[in-house]
Amino acid sequence: MKTFKRIFIYTFLSLAAIVSIFPFLWMLVSITNKSVDVTRGRLLPGTHLIENMKTLFATVDIVPALINSTIIAVITTILTLLLASLAGYGFEIHRSRGKDIVFTVLLLSMMIPFAAIMVPLYRMFGSISDTAPLIGIDSLGAVILPTATTAFFIFFFRQNTKMFPKDLVEAGRIDGLSEIGVFFRIYMPTMKTTYAAAAIISFMNSWNNYLWPLVILQSPEKRTIPLLISNLGSSYSPDYGVIMSAIVIATLPTALVFFLMQKHFVAGMMGSVKG
Amino acid sequence: MSQHSTKKGELDFPVRLRDKETKRQKTGVYFKRKVGWLFVIVSIIAITIFNFYPMVQAFLLSFQSGMGANLEYVGFDNWRRLFGDPTFIAALTNTSIYLLIQVPLMIVLALFFSVLLNDPKLKFRGFFRIAIFLPCVTSLVAYSVVFKYLFGIDGIVNLFLLNFGFISETINFLADPVWAKVVIILAITWRWTGYNMIFYLAALQNVDKSIYEAARIDGANSIQQFFQITVPMLKPIILFTSITSTIGTLQIFDEIVNITNGGPGNATISISQYIYNLSFEYTPDFGYASTVSYVIVILVIILSIIQFRVAGEKK
Repeated sequence: MKTFKRIFIYTFLSLAAIVSIFPFLWMLVSITNKSVDVTRGRLLPGTHLIENMKTLFATVDIVPALINSTIIAVITTILTLLLASLAGYGFEIHRSRGKDIVFTVLLLSMMIPFAAIMVPLYRMFGSISDTAPLIGIDSLGAVILPTATTAFFIFFFRQNTKMFPKDLVEAGRIDGLSEIGVFFRIYMPTMKTTYAAAAIISFMNSWNNYLWPLVILQSPEKRTIPLLISNLGSSYSPDYGVIMSAIVIATLPTALVFFLMQKHFVAGMMGSVKG
Repeated sequence: MSQHSTKKGELDFPVRLRDKETKRQKTGVYFKRKVGWLFVIVSIIAITIFNFYPMVQAFLLSFQSGMGANLEYVGFDNWRRLFGDPTFIAALTNTSIYLLIQVPLMIVLALFFSVLLNDPKLKFRGFFRIAIFLPCVTSLVAYSVVFKYLFGIDGIVNLFLLNFGFISETINFLADPVWAKVVIILAITWRWTGYNMIFYLAALQNVDKSIYEAARIDGANSIQQFFQITVPMLKPIILFTSITSTIGTLQIFDEIVNITNGGPGNATISISQYIYNLSFEYTPDFGYASTVSYVIVILVIILSIIQFRVAGEKK
């Protein structure tokens, strides 16, 4: 009975692992094969990798898309970290009844489905397009603004600030630092790991965001990576080797971030629930 | 005598000091409060502009109709139109199917994995954990396109099933109304099970091992232990993951658009995709689109309340 149970557990977990990993293996194998071989179900590495990459860079505007995605993700992450940590710190360290009420109201915004506010947001950015083209429709600024402040990250920073030693704030004040000075000189350096975790989540969210850029960006040269891949995926005569190459390139940054900073990544997920 | 005076002096001094301190603290607290608002004000303004204000706008829009920018108030017309709109009914039905099948399936699987992987005697534990979590690093669009090809008519899933004799002819998964839904559900489950598993694994670390020991002595088998110890202990985190998964699945968009694009017919269309189509694919009808979007809002509210109630009752 016991061996039977153990066999069952290992078989079950192995199957789950195979199912989880297989699409990745298939992606990695496909970028080395010709499109025809991919459709024939070839699962062995081929010799077509360089050819696929050449075709990808020659026929698809992947470089501008990578640049756009990077600009958006980096600026969004910096803004998110700055604004959310300021707010999380303010709500926790300078706690007051009024702020607690405001905080609860802000949390409610996490329940707002994006599809519900997408149309008004589109109209809002449309109405300022003429006066402020940098944050109007079809601008990277318009992609960044609504995603740069989310209640989730404020909540995240507040939860983590609960573990921040309050004595340090007092010590900073006694040393003559201003309230803002305490934040920048003491809080920020002490909370490095929290910032790292938030940066990972924010970067990945932004890098992978699809619906809002799809709504607000129109010209092909403004396209981000998910828009480009979606476009490639819907073509009628797909070159599988090339499309898989694009997908692998798009997944590499997030996969790298994950493997290099696994601990922070999991800590980041946990930070959103504990407390 | 001298002792007495010193005592008196000592007594006097701290009192005076304390008086001074309270005064300084009072102005300090007052000042701190004002400064405190400075920290949070930008975020409050931004969230109001980019979340709450659009919510109000969408609510007002849901009572308006017209093409593009020419909108006028039509009362409850949009709301009445909902119930006679076959595409909306299809979108609502599909989204409900995804929700009712996918979320429980994924939560049960994730719980199951986490319990198995929590066993310190298990070999290759680290490998299994990383393998099952790996899908989380992919972007929704990227994995959707991969799944679309995997389940294509000449895709590898068909080849596999044919070669191993499970089927005698290829199944056109994405062109069949039922199979297409199955593929969507499988895809979402593949992407998110490991994510939820991590939450349970972390929560299991805090469960006292001696409880299981006691249960084993009382003769409880693994299945009984699972339902009578693990599930109740993890209840708060199960609630959290159910709510986030529910909100996520209710808004499902990326997978649908990139795997089936809502087809065949409207067999897989979701509410979010319908809102997108109403606003940006068809002749734009922002008013009606907003009405449909409020259906998601209402569903999110109702389902969250139900889940809180269910979790609260069993306590």
